[in-house]
Amino acid sequence: MKEYVMGNGAIALGALNAGVNVVCGYPGTPSSEIIETIAKYPHEGLHLEWSVNEKAALEVAAAAAYSGARALVTMKQVGLNVASDPLMSLAYVGVEGGMVIVSADDPGPISSQTEQDTRRFAEFARIPVFDPSSPEEAYKMIQDAFGYSEKYKTPVLFRPTTRVCHGYASIEAADSYTPKKIEGFKKDAGRFVIFPRLSYKNHGIIEDRNVHIGEDFSFYAFNTSEGAVSSKAALASGISYMYAKEFLKDHPGVKLIRIATAFPFPESFMLKELEGVEELICLEELSPYLEEQVLKLAGKYKLSLKVCGKLTSHVPHMGENSADSIAKILRAFLDIPAAENSVTEDIPPLPARPPVLCAGCPHRASFYAVKKAMAGKKTYYCGDIGCYTLGNAMPLDMVDTCLCMGAGVTMAQGFSHIDKEGKAFAFIGDSTFFASGITGVINAVFNEADITVCILDNSTTAMTGHQPHPGTGKNMMGHDAGAVSISKILEGIGLKKVVTVNPLNLEKAIQTVKECADMPGVKAIIFKSPCIAIERSSSKCMVTDACINCRKCILETGCPALSDVGGRVKIDASLCTGCTLCMQVCPKEAIGGGCVD
Amino acid sequence: MTKDILITGVGGQGTVLASKIIAASAMAEGNIVHSAETIGMAQRGGPVTSHVRIGDEAFSPLIPFGKADVILGFEPSEVVRNINYLAPGGLAIVNTTAVKPVTESLSRSGYDGSEMIEYLKNHVRCIFVDGDRECTKLGSAKFLNIILLGVACGSKELGISKETMLEETGKRVPAKFKEANLKAFQAGFEIGEQVFNIPPRDL
Repeated sequence: MKEYVMGNGAIALGALNAGVNVVCGYPGTPSSEIIETIAKYPHEGLHLEWSVNEKAALEVAAAAAYSGARALVTMKQVGLNVASDPLMSLAYVGVEGGMVIVSADDPGPISSQTEQDTRRFAEFARIPVFDPSSPEEAYKMIQDAFGYSEKYKTPVLFRPTTRVCHGYASIEAADSYTPKKIEGFKKDAGRFVIFPRLSYKNHGIIEDRNVHIGEDFSFYAFNTSEGAVSSKAALASGISYMYAKEFLKDHPGVKLIRIATAFPFPESFMLKELEGVEELICLEELSPYLEEQVLKLAGKYKLSLKVCGKLTSHVPHMGENSADSIAKILRAFLDIPAAENSVTEDIPPLPARPPVLCAGCPHRASFYAVKKAMAGKKTYYCGDIGCYTLGNAMPLDMVDTCLCMGAGVTMAQGFSHIDKEGKAFAFIGDSTFFASGITGVINAVFNEADITVCILDNSTTAMTGHQPHPGTGKNMMGHDAGAVSISKILEGIGLKKVVTVNPLNLEKAIQTVKECADMPGVKAIIFKSPCIAIERSSSKCMVTDACINCRKCILETGCPALSDVGGRVKIDASLCTGCTLCMQVCPKEAIGGGCVD
Repeated sequence: MTKDILITGVGGQGTVLASKIIAASAMAEGNIVHSAETIGMAQRGGPVTSHVRIGDEAFSPLIPFGKADVILGFEPSEVVRNINYLAPGGLAIVNTTAVKPVTESLSRSGYDGSEMIEYLKNHVRCIFVDGDRECTKLGSAKFLNIILLGVACGSKELGISKETMLEETGKRVPAKFKEANLKAFQAGFEIGEQVFNIPPRDL
C-alpha cells in the first residue's frame, strides 16, 4: 500500500520493513517524526521509546544490538553531541545486530544551535555514514544501512537533512511487521567490556576494515554518476544532488557524480569517475567534506584537477543550498548566462515575522511574572532549549543566555559565583529538565550556588511537536508508567524551597518569585500550566468600552492575539485562548471574559 | 501533468492542510507528487511555505524560482516575499486580509497589506479574495484554507477536478465540520470560476 509520508516517515517505514526490534530517540527538529511514524504503523513486538535524552537512547539501543536485535536510534545533530560519549566507545566495541543512528542535520540552521555535519562525526568515530537525497532513497538506504551494520558488525550513522526529513513522497508501506529474530546476548567480556587493551586492538582492526568498506562502497548503488564525460563535472551529496539534477536536466552534457557514503570514502569509485575531469565543483551543505576528500585524493594520486567549492568561495560555507543557489553556482561554473528577468528585485519592504510565543502561551505569563518581580534589580536570565527560548523576543526580553540543552541551570550557577549581588535565574522546560537539567541542579546544590530555577512545566515537549516525557507518565508503548514528579525530584535533591504556581495567576506568581529570589541557596519555582496546543480553551478575552487605548497590554505582553487597529486595541478571537494575562496587566480593568483561575 | 504550486502564509493559518489536500488530490488522479513543508520554530507565527510539485521530473523538493504555476497566498506580504517563485504568466491567488506581526503592533510601522496588494496588482496575474469577508459569511475564520483551495480549483489552474478535491477535502477535515468545509470550498470555487479566464498580464 502506497503512503504519502515525509522523509522521516519513509525512514520509519524502511526500518519497520527491515524488521527493526528496538527504536529509541529524543525529539529534535528535523528528526522527531521518525518515532511518531513507527507508532502509527503495525509494530507489535517492537520496543519503542522516547528516551529521556539521546545518550540514554543510544545505550538502550546498544544493548539490544549486542543481543543481535536490530536497533534504530533517532535524534537531531546536536543530540549526537549528547550521545557522543557512548557512540565513540561503541564504535570500538561494535555490535552484533544491525544498529543505525539517525542524526538529522539542519543546514540553515532552521531550528538548531549549530551547523554541524554528521559526516564529520562519522569520520571522527570511524564508522560508516549514509546520506540520502530524497524520501524514496531514505526508505531504501535505511534498510541497506542495517545490512552494512550487520555485515561489518559496526554501528552506522544515517544523516538526512531537513529537506529530506520534511519532504513528502509516496512510499510503499507494508501491511504487517515481522520483527527480526533475536539470537540473544552471548556473554563475552573480551568483546563487550571496553578496556584500553581492547581499544588498542580494535583501533587497528577498524582502520583496516574501513579501507575495505570504502572499497565495498565503491560499488554501492547510491554512489552514482550520470551525464556524459565532461572536462567540467559536478560532485554533490544529499539534497544538493537533487538541486543539481534539477538544473542539469535543462543543461545536459555535464557529468554529475553523487556520493551517498561520505565515510569511508569510496576511493576507487571516485578515481574512476574523475577520469577526464579537469575541473570539479563540489556541491554540499554544512562542511566541505567531499571537497576535502577529493583534494586528498588529488594529492595522493597526483591528479591534475581543479577542485572548486566552499574552500575556493564558489559555494558558501553557511546556510542551506537551494535549487536557485545551486543553479547560480552551476551557471557561473559552466559559463551559462542567467535567464532574463528571472528575479524581481523592486519589491516593497516586507514586514518581519520573527517567531513568537503563541497567544495564550503560559511561558509568556511566567516570564512576565519574573520580569515584574525583579524590576529594577540586577539579574541574570539563563534560558534553555525549547519554545521558551522565544522569551528573548521583545517586549519580554527575558533570555540573556542560551547555549545548549540544560545549560541554563549550570550557567545561572556560574553567574551566581561570579556576582554575589545579582540574582541568577534559570528557565528550563519540563522535558529539558528531564533530559539534562537534573544533574545541573545537583551540581548547584553541592557547590552552594544562589539561584532560582524556574521550571516552565507545560506538560509536554512542545517545540518539537508535543511528545510525551517522563513527567507526563504515558510512554510510547501506550502504557501509563506513572508520572515522574519534578517537585519530588527537586525535594529529593535537597532544595531549600520548591513551589508550584500557576503562572496565569499573575499576582501570586509575582509574589512567589519575590519570595524565592530573596532566599539564599538553590530554590525552584515550578510554573505549571499546560501548553495551549494540548489543552484547548474555548474562552476568550474581550476589550470593553472602558479601554483607554494605553496599549499597555500590547507593549508589556507582546501577545500575538492583541493588535492595534486604527488606534484601538483589538483581540483576535481566533487566536485568544482566554489566558487572562492581558486582563491582569490592564490598568483600567477594561478587558473582560476569559476564565480566571 | 507537470504543475508546481507554492502555498504561503503565516504559521497557524492552515497552509499545511491545504498542501496535503492538493497533494492527495493530484495523486488520486494518478500523478506523482512531492511536497515540502516548513516545520519547527517558524511555525510559531513566522512565514511558512509549502511546495507541491506534481510530475515525475521534479527532483528538487523545493520549486525553483520562476517555476511556480500557482501561488496560493494566505497573506499579501507572504505572496510578495515569495514572488520570485512565480513563473512568467503564473497565477497568484491572494487573500487580501493582512496578518499583522506582533512587532508591528509594538512599533506601529503601519503595515496593513495595502502596499503589497498594490504591488501584486501591478506586477502579476492575481485573483484577490477577501478572506475576512468570506470567512465571516461562513461563520468562522477556520475556513480560510478551504475557501482558498476552492478558489484555486475554480480557477482551473491546478489541473485537478473539483470532484477529486471535494472528496480529498472531505477525508481530511473533522467529520462534524465536513459539510461546512464543503460549503466553504464551494464558495471559494465560485470566486475562482468567475475570474478563471482573466488574460495573462504583460510584464
